[in-house]
Amino acid sequence: MDPVHRRIARADIRLRGFPPILLYASPSSRHEIPLVQVVPSLSLSLPSPRRSRPFTHSLLPSPPSLSFFDSRRPLHAPQLLPLPKRPSNCLAEVKETMTREECENGPADMLIDGNKARAPREKQGNSVPDKFNSNYLKFYYGKLFPFSDIFKWMSYGNDGKHPGCDQTYFGRREFSFTLDNDIYLRFQSFTSAAELESSIQEKCPFKIDIGPVYSVDPAKRHAYAQSGDNVFTPVERELIFDIDMSDYDDVRYCCSGADVCLECWPLMTVAIKVIDTALRDDFGFNHILWVYSGRRGVHCWVCDRKARRLSNEQRASIADYFRVYKGNENSDKKVSLTSPALHPFLARSYTEVLEGIFEEKLLLSQNILATEERYEKILDMIPDESVTAELRGKWQEKRQSSISNDINVVRWEQLKQLLQSGKHKGKGLRRYVEEIVFSFTYPRLDMEVSKHMNHLLKAPFCVHPKTGRVCVPIDPNSCEEFDPTAVPTLSMLLEELNQGGVRGDVGDDLDRTSLGKSIRYFRSSFLQPLLKSCKEEMESSYNAKLQQMKNSLSW
Amino acid sequence: MQPLRSHHQNDAIPALPLYRSAPPLEVRLEDFELYAIDRLRVLKAMSDGLSRGKNPEEMEKLVKGLLRANMRHPQASEDVNKDIISHFVLRLVYCRTEDLRKWFLSMETALFRYRFLLLTSNDHRRAVMAEFNLPYKAVSNAEYEGVKDKLGQVARSIGQPPPTANDIFYKVPFEEVPELVANRKVYIHKGYAYVAMNQVVSLVVTQFRSHLSKALILTNRKWTSTIREQEKDRLTPIVEALSTSYLGPDYSQPRESAEISIKDLDQIAKSSFPLCMRHLFEKLREDHHLKHGGRMQLGLFLKGVGLKLDDALAFWRAEFSQKVGAERFEKEYAYGIRHNYGKEGKRTDYTPFSCQKIISSTPGVGDNHGCPFRHFSEENLRAALSRMGVGTRAMEDVMDKVRNRHYQIACTLTFEAVHSSTCDAGINHPNQYFIDSQKILQSKNQSPGGS
Ligand code: SF4
Ligand SMILES: [Zn+2]
Repeated sequence: MDPVHRRIARADIRLRGFPPILLYASPSSRHEIPLVQVVPSLSLSLPSPRRSRPFTHSLLPSPPSLSFFDSRRPLHAPQLLPLPKRPSNCLAEVKETMTREECENGPADMLIDGNKARAPREKQGNSVPDKFNSNYLKFYYGKLFPFSDIFKWMSYGNDGKHPGCDQTYFGRREFSFTLDNDIYLRFQSFTSAAELESSIQEKCPFKIDIGPVYSVDPAKRHAYAQSGDNVFTPVERELIFDIDMSDYDDVRYCCSGADVCLECWPLMTVAIKVIDTALRDDFGFNHILWVYSGRRGVHCWVCDRKARRLSNEQRASIADYFRVYKGNENSDKKVSLTSPALHPFLARSYTEVLEGIFEEKLLLSQNILATEERYEKILDMIPDESVTAELRGKWQEKRQSSISNDINVVRWEQLKQLLQSGKHKGKGLRRYVEEIVFSFTYPRLDMEVSKHMNHLLKAPFCVHPKTGRVCVPIDPNSCEEFDPTAVPTLSMLLEELNQGGVRGDVGDDLDRTSLGKSIRYFRSSFLQPLLKSCKEEMESSYNAKLQQMKNSLSW
Repeated sequence: MQPLRSHHQNDAIPALPLYRSAPPLEVRLEDFELYAIDRLRVLKAMSDGLSRGKNPEEMEKLVKGLLRANMRHPQASEDVNKDIISHFVLRLVYCRTEDLRKWFLSMETALFRYRFLLLTSNDHRRAVMAEFNLPYKAVSNAEYEGVKDKLGQVARSIGQPPPTANDIFYKVPFEEVPELVANRKVYIHKGYAYVAMNQVVSLVVTQFRSHLSKALILTNRKWTSTIREQEKDRLTPIVEALSTSYLGPDYSQPRESAEISIKDLDQIAKSSFPLCMRHLFEKLREDHHLKHGGRMQLGLFLKGVGLKLDDALAFWRAEFSQKVGAERFEKEYAYGIRHNYGKEGKRTDYTPFSCQKIISSTPGVGDNHGCPFRHFSEENLRAALSRMGVGTRAMEDVMDKVRNRHYQIACTLTFEAVHSSTCDAGINHPNQYFIDSQKILQSKNQSPGGS
């Protein structure tokens, strides 16, 4: 069974000494279905030394009086969710998962057990995390979400003491929240990190989106609108890219729609490499952040000052520079490389990224030439009848000439040979090889997102409400190692925190979870260099201004 | 007035004014209007050419002919004045709404582009650059050697001969040549684009465009604050008449007396939607989803057809909720629909797209918008047409027009085939298609509302 698709119901293991906790079934069911009500009791397992911390240090939502992490706004104890009425087929599903769980781990697993709770790591890669729940989320915002880093980032140096700082800068940024009751709050704005933090902790949004910096405080836009002049307008916005796996459905056979797996994920790796290299080498940008979208794609934030100030037209030109797909739903060809040579950017992408990943990974993992239906799709892309007839003839023969080689590889080599050399040489068929590779690998951007300043994009470190996974940064230098199925989930993080109890300050807690690595990367590779150049830019533009003033005075 | 470098006027070369400031010229009221109409003829014909998808060479030829036919003055020395006066009159005419400004800006910019390309020597081009104060230095020989290969690769990729050491390149921040970047026509390295002399047009056009764009806003302010009132007996009537005579209605207001209810949509989609909208409508019914471009194109069209905001929300909700659920619809899509009706965001009314806009759009993966005559493969287009009831004879005529890139004419022929009736005005706007169709159907079918 495909490891990623395997679904194992993982019981939420909770600490002892707490109000009754529910165990949840597999997240594949649409509603959270309490499976078993467990009343934790000290007698269930031996307290391990690490566990002997005082009760109040525990991380689970506890009764208000014991709440440790936010004394101002005590959390309610997790209520016992009323058992929802379940349709009968749901029940069946629950039963089935339970049975599997019992088979694999024995019924004892359903009890809370110290050992079990401490070593769930190996399992996590395989299991689909529990559906996310707003109590966990509250917790996450209370203990782990890096408010001050986000604030520092979005301030771009304007939060300092330097006389060149624009103190209104952060307050003109739009945030928008999607709450769990499906209320959508746009045009939220905050003047400080503390304000941002307390609003998020209070509202506990399922999703936080970040919009542009406007000319005026977006929360007060109506007041300005009265004044007639259209002064409420976006003035700065990171250049952003959104790449979504569901746009690749015609070139992946392992999954479709919102699903992703390790077989198709290399498509995202390709996208990151191609776009990142071009943003740096071609466009000269330096401050680039790649983020896992939490489910099926990646986001990119280009934060250089120059990028933030691009006009819509300039953004569109960059997006178009990256665009190779001219086809649409109703035309035949998706990629058409009609020119006699590739632009240096495309040529570099091809030789450095696309070709390799296509031949070494996707060709095999997607079985691109394995069946008649699939190879016909490729033959359709070659307009020369004599070539396609020849290839079809070879491929339709039942017997395999070589058993040792993968059929996809054999066929691809045959195709390449025929198009690139031999008797068809000189017909200009070479480029069809490139077209095929481009069709199957080249990044597909959501153009609209990049073209307009006022598009919203989910904030890094949000938790995806469907998967429970944190939107962690991806290091483009090692993006081929990124595994979306191993990204920390909300429940996993809480478990990790539980294991050690709480030491006190947030940084400490963060470090002990698997999120620590992501935050460290975010700070050292993205935030620090960014703030350094913000400072330098501020310094130099301030000095230039002074100089200018001096000059005009001395006139 | 500021024609480019006075000595050019004595040459046979047409001057290329930059229209930096209004001319202190005396103009007869009559000329005021006549010059403007002549210039409008040029702009309008260019706009038609572009919506036919004419390529740059064809456009260059077209513009050359148009200028010769319309912009000459009986006295050659007056050519420049006519040029400048007509431009400034049209600024007044087209400064008054966002849509008028947009159209004028893009047409004047296109005109400037082709006129710049028609300049015959590099000296003239450099003179224009100097006029704009473009601060770019030519790439030095040493630097050229370093990037020679890349420049050659770019040249090959756009089908041009490889550059030689004598060719001049400018190193320009990439933001200043967006169209060269968008079409990958330049080599870009570390934020700089290497612009060849024959691409300099892109630089000057960007300058021209941004100057004119700002100027139009200023003119608009002056117009509303003083000119309109001051000139209410003299120029104002002329100015107001000029814009409507050439641009036609923009269909931003739904037809009077026409309201369409949701239950009629399927029927009128079948009978009266142009192919582009019919296709989107059917796709939406089939997939319960459309991507952004499709939602805009169909949504604004339906607004123009007379679908009220509440009905529009109900209509889109009914479809989208089948695919993404009602919650996500409210969260992610309802905003866009209200936006189309000017209820969110900028609160300005969005106008339904014209054929020209639809034809020049660039639908991508998963997109269904655009004009089928332009964006469908031949096979898909044939299938779609026969579903509309276009017979074999008419089909060949239509396909013939498509091959020659006369998309709107192809659409007009389609209209005629399905309505068995003529359409002399031709199709310029999907909402016009709809209205004309309804008119014919109503006159044919005297019992109103019969279904
Ligand atoms: S010509 Fe115009 S109305 Fe006809 S299909 Fe194309 S865009 Fe639509
Ligand atoms: Zn997959």
